[in-house]
Amino acid sequence: MTAAAEGSPAFGMTRARRDALLQSEPVQGFALISPTFLYALILLVLPILVVIAHSFWTQNYLTIDRTFTLENYRIALTEPIYRDLLWRSLYISLTVSFFTVVLAYPIAYFISFHGGRHKSLWLFLITIPFWTSYLLRVMSWKVILGYNGVLNSGLMGLGVIDEPSTALLYNSSAVIITLTHAWAAFAILPIFVSLEKVDRTLVEAAKDLGDGPIRSFLRVTLPLSAPGVISAALIVMIPTVGDYVTPKLVGGKDGVMIANAIQAQFGKASNWPLGAALSVTTMLIVTLIAGATVLILRAAQRLAR
Amino acid sequence: MPERPQTERPQTERPMIEIKSVTRSYGAFKALDDASLTIKEGEFFSLLGPSGCGKTTLLRMIAGFDNPTSGSISVDGQSMEGIPANRRPTNMVFQSYAIFPHLNVEQNVAYGLKRLKLERAEEKRRVEEALAQVSLTGLGKRLATELSGGQRQRVALARALVMRPKVLLLDEPLSALDKKLREQMQVELRRLQQAVGITFVLVTHDQYEALAMSDRIAVMFGGRIAQVASPKEIYQRPVNRQVADFLGGMNFVKAEIVEENGASLVVDTLGFGRIKTDKPKAFVRNGGAATLGIRPERLRVLWDNATAKFEVAGKVVERHYFGEITHLIVEIPGLEKPLSVTETNDFGADDIPVGTSIRLAYDPEALVAMAD
Repeated sequence: MTAAAEGSPAFGMTRARRDALLQSEPVQGFALISPTFLYALILLVLPILVVIAHSFWTQNYLTIDRTFTLENYRIALTEPIYRDLLWRSLYISLTVSFFTVVLAYPIAYFISFHGGRHKSLWLFLITIPFWTSYLLRVMSWKVILGYNGVLNSGLMGLGVIDEPSTALLYNSSAVIITLTHAWAAFAILPIFVSLEKVDRTLVEAAKDLGDGPIRSFLRVTLPLSAPGVISAALIVMIPTVGDYVTPKLVGGKDGVMIANAIQAQFGKASNWPLGAALSVTTMLIVTLIAGATVLILRAAQRLAR
Repeated sequence: MPERPQTERPQTERPMIEIKSVTRSYGAFKALDDASLTIKEGEFFSLLGPSGCGKTTLLRMIAGFDNPTSGSISVDGQSMEGIPANRRPTNMVFQSYAIFPHLNVEQNVAYGLKRLKLERAEEKRRVEEALAQVSLTGLGKRLATELSGGQRQRVALARALVMRPKVLLLDEPLSALDKKLREQMQVELRRLQQAVGITFVLVTHDQYEALAMSDRIAVMFGGRIAQVASPKEIYQRPVNRQVADFLGGMNFVKAEIVEENGASLVVDTLGFGRIKTDKPKAFVRNGGAATLGIRPERLRVLWDNATAKFEVAGKVVERHYFGEITHLIVEIPGLEKPLSVTETNDFGADDIPVGTSIRLAYDPEALVAMAD
């Protein structure tokens, strides 16, 4: 081998070049992600391309007319029903992200600052609800919020209300309550991670310079954990806009969201192009809102200094 | 800020910090064991000791980040019991500097001033003044992440000084700097302390740092204060072997007590013969034996035919070259351990061959008696 390499410098060079290529960081990186990358390409990018293509076509009874048209987008953006559904989806998802983050922060703070030796135990406990299926968790909210549910019976038993309230289930509040609970853990973890990274001596320094616990929190801990808050908000907001199961199960007539309409177009209504246009519109709006959220929170962080 | 003379500031005798039999226990472990100490106003005071000796615990209790299990701490005549860190007249320079990474230099320095709700111009003036004190003028807009280690240290210092505390606490402030910068900062810190006249309490494990900067030093071991004295006294008259050892090389010589009276001891040694020495304040006689110590640099090589009033003869067994000085290990007949001698190289100590017989001059005053 050595002799061969010495004998033909050209061969030695290609070999050296190939070794260098195999050892270069980008190549190794690509090799590492290639299985996931291929998987995502086939099951994520291709279907999205199919959806985008469909959104410019027209359903013609059983066949698809492949002439380019923007008609589907006109319907998606101007039909009051879809506009309302989109607004409601955004409202629900933003409200859910807000409440999830607000409720998750104290929990993450507690675990990070007061968890002591039991931090991993606490995190473990938070994952327990995920041991059962999501459907079961939604169903249990039905049991809690229902007409004869736990909450109504409890309130009646205490004499707070005389007859069961119907305001609890089958509306957007029910969707908000259920989603807030369902996504709590996904918000707790990123906030916890960013709180863990806050150097504790910085909090001590704030205290040393005269800040009480609340001021040092607002001036040091909160701004430094902002990255976790931003990612928590996005992690909750992005998937909840397009949630389909929760509104279907606890949303009732008033809790229908855009994903339910999209499902109807791909299903019963059998109008794939319109469904596709609705999907693409939703995706674009979510992207815009996610971007805007990041910018707004960053600006707020800068102002808070 | 008006120029102040950069000479030694006369200290008042007024106590600034009084620590009375403070103990801090963690279960059965005592991080600090019955420590009592008085630090005077305007003093540069160092807590010196190896890691785990309780010096940082004591500092954190003065700052209010920790509380004594028993005993009391008062600052400027006011008991600190139940007073949280944010309402104490102390400010701290943290070992890691704890510069707020989301703020720039100016905002870091102004952090504590915000709460005082000063007028904008006044706040700005005080920030500028503090930055000038630590020679950081013009770097106010820099982000903490854009600063070098030495600059961060100065920001931490300015941020604490701008609060005009009664006591400035420094937790190993120089340990993260390289040797050259550290030595420069030692001089600067001392100068700064003289200029502002604030009581400084420094925690360090570096004996040279403590010796170079302090008015007084408390040497601590295992949660107890072993000795409190001026740097010179600590170095020259350590109360026990531990303190002597911690402050640098020391040759220990076993001695037999011949006579003990009020202020002095007469002892017999093998090698140095009969010595009359001052009796240390805290000397407790333990049978007839005592220990004498002599610093390596207090033994001088006698060249050629030079003679001295007090000398010992021995043989060089090892030689270690350190640039400006040479360490010689000299075996003396009768001594169980060879003596360590530090000699400057201007007469050629670095050229003495191993095995040479030499004579060493010493001053009997330099032989100090100490507890074991």
